[in-house]
Amino acid sequence: MEFFLVTLLNSLSYGLLLFMLSSGLTLIFSMMGVLNFAHASFYMLGAYFAYQTGLHIGFWPALFLSPVIVGVLGAATERFGLRTVHKFGHVAELLFTFGLAYVIEEVVHLLWGRAPVDYRIPAELDFTLFTLYTTQYPAYRGFMMLVSVGMLLVLYLVLTRTRIGLVIQASLSHPEMVESLGHNVPRVFMLVFAGGTALAGLAGVIGGNAFITEPGMATAVGSIVFVVVVFGGMGSLGGAFLASLIIGALQTFSVALDYSMLDVLARVGIQIAPTSLWHGFWSITISQTAPVLPYLLMVLMLIVRPRGLMGTREG
Amino acid sequence: MHFGKICRGLFGLLAMLHLGGAAIAADSIKIGFLDPLSGPFANVGEHGAREALLAIEGVNAAGGVLGGSKFELATFDTKSSPQEALISLKQMTDQGIRFFFMGNGSNVAIALSDAVSKHNARNPDQTILFLNYGAVDPSLTNDKCSFWHFRFDADTDMKMQALTNYMAQQKGIKKVYLINQDYSFGQAVTKAARAMLAAKRPDIEIVGDDLHPLGKVKDFAPYVAKIKSSGADSIITGNWGNDLALLVKAGKEAGLQADYYTYYTGAAGAVTAFGEAGAGHVKQVTTWHSNIGGKTAGDHNAGYRARYPDVKDDLYYSSIRESVNALALAIEKARSEDPAKVVPMLENLKFEDDSGEIYIRADNHQLVQPLYISTLVKANGKDVKFDVEKTGLGFRTDARVEGKDTVMGTTCKFQKP
Repeated sequence: MEFFLVTLLNSLSYGLLLFMLSSGLTLIFSMMGVLNFAHASFYMLGAYFAYQTGLHIGFWPALFLSPVIVGVLGAATERFGLRTVHKFGHVAELLFTFGLAYVIEEVVHLLWGRAPVDYRIPAELDFTLFTLYTTQYPAYRGFMMLVSVGMLLVLYLVLTRTRIGLVIQASLSHPEMVESLGHNVPRVFMLVFAGGTALAGLAGVIGGNAFITEPGMATAVGSIVFVVVVFGGMGSLGGAFLASLIIGALQTFSVALDYSMLDVLARVGIQIAPTSLWHGFWSITISQTAPVLPYLLMVLMLIVRPRGLMGTREG
Repeated sequence: MHFGKICRGLFGLLAMLHLGGAAIAADSIKIGFLDPLSGPFANVGEHGAREALLAIEGVNAAGGVLGGSKFELATFDTKSSPQEALISLKQMTDQGIRFFFMGNGSNVAIALSDAVSKHNARNPDQTILFLNYGAVDPSLTNDKCSFWHFRFDADTDMKMQALTNYMAQQKGIKKVYLINQDYSFGQAVTKAARAMLAAKRPDIEIVGDDLHPLGKVKDFAPYVAKIKSSGADSIITGNWGNDLALLVKAGKEAGLQADYYTYYTGAAGAVTAFGEAGAGHVKQVTTWHSNIGGKTAGDHNAGYRARYPDVKDDLYYSSIRESVNALALAIEKARSEDPAKVVPMLENLKFEDDSGEIYIRADNHQLVQPLYISTLVKANGKDVKFDVEKTGLGFRTDARVEGKDTVMGTTCKFQKP
């Protein structure tokens, strides 16, 4: 029971962090049709900016400043990069973001070096929030969840209760119609791109010190975020939310499952000798396959239901 | 006309530059350093490079080798990948470098050792020599041994032998959890721990056995939850670099109460991650630590701190210093910088380091030296004089295992040239 509850909390905090990353991506993806390969790079930039500015102004101001810087960079990327490339079609846009991801990684190498930087949890949050049976739950994880849920609420209110939110929602499904009604869709695009990257930046600020801030962090989460977006269904924030939690739980819980096909076969009475050629294959446990499971899920989802869990558009 | 002149001029200039290069190479012996300098283990590789530079500067300050030739370090990034390491090796041989150090990643070391054997078979006039300071998969000195490979760290089995001998006497140990990296070294640790514990303390229960992806896990909280639920009182882990620091960090956050039996606590941020809470609960098995006693151990540690005042870490490997010193001695004895002549001099070479006289086995090219089991405790200025990473915590020796007691059988059969 203790194990289950603790792992549930862990998976929740991880899933919420995934959601912060994927919410921006899914908005950008569905509005502009751009699969932003550089999205996780903005997550990394958020962590590095927070580390750098935090050295001078402390963690709390950096928590707000860093996503703003990342958002401004995102807006500039859309205005001066993507918008120019847009007229050459989606492939050009895709290649642009693909290249951008590498450029950002190299810039990070140049500025901060190849080794991890010492970006730490602020001392104010470095304590035990509560003790569950015998396991201590760190306050910082609670803080992470709080920020994610807060962000989710703000995002929901902006999208459903404000004028710009309604325009964004309309642009998600019917961009041409919105444009013919006289709205400046390119500007909406820029805003969404800036907002999406700022959210990634915020995730970087709180994820960078919880885990580790290094030049490989973008690649590490980059592909998972795509899985979330595809699995949840493009254009659907609700789907992204659900998918984040499911994949977070899948990755966290599968670590604990030490069952292999060998156990299953043994249960039905088939024994495989350790000397057998296939013994190595059958003895792979679920916990060892944990890193692959989300991708397997994505592939299955694409076969069974291409529009994802709660997607609104086909293809 | 003019074009021809310019061409000749350029050619002349190039020839001069080339001669200049050759003139410099004549009085310096380049040594390659192949380790991860980017990616998740960049900090470990950079640390190794610092120690290698320090050791080389030591030899050079003492007058170099062969009447004044100086060692010169050239670093190459393996990115923790066997493929990348082979490219680095090619770059290195293209530059005419004949010796190299490498220490991180047994999977990388096995690939390199194999490539070196093949290269030397094809190029008997341009042989290269592999000085391994930290890749400790036993197969490197057993079934996959190479005549051109020497190991200066103790292998997994030697260390596990010492560790389990010590654990066998700790009556409090009832349940042990194994958590290791999923590649050749981590698997070797798991295998050795299972076999040796079963032989020495059959009453100890192995309550968990995890192999996690190498360098990819950023959050160990799920693993820690699993360890907690298993009720383990002790953990055996060969994890190194961030894989250890992050495991420890997650354990501490969750309030995990268990003793850690480790290989690499002294390196790369793990002591910082443990902090005060780790005092008395963390043991490591190493060939050296700064508090083993004797004058030179303290001097070596102080020397590292003086050379790199801005870096927060401390001297960790004795094997890097030993490999540089052994190489210098063997080159002197051979009166040659040709690896083919240096290898026979390294075999059975006896030399001094902080723990006394040590020697290199001829049958599998493994350095034989004492091992230390030590506990992380508060520095007290007496038997724990030096702390690690400026944490106020340092290592205190619990047991010293003499070199002769670490010697194990080998299946190695060299393909001699």
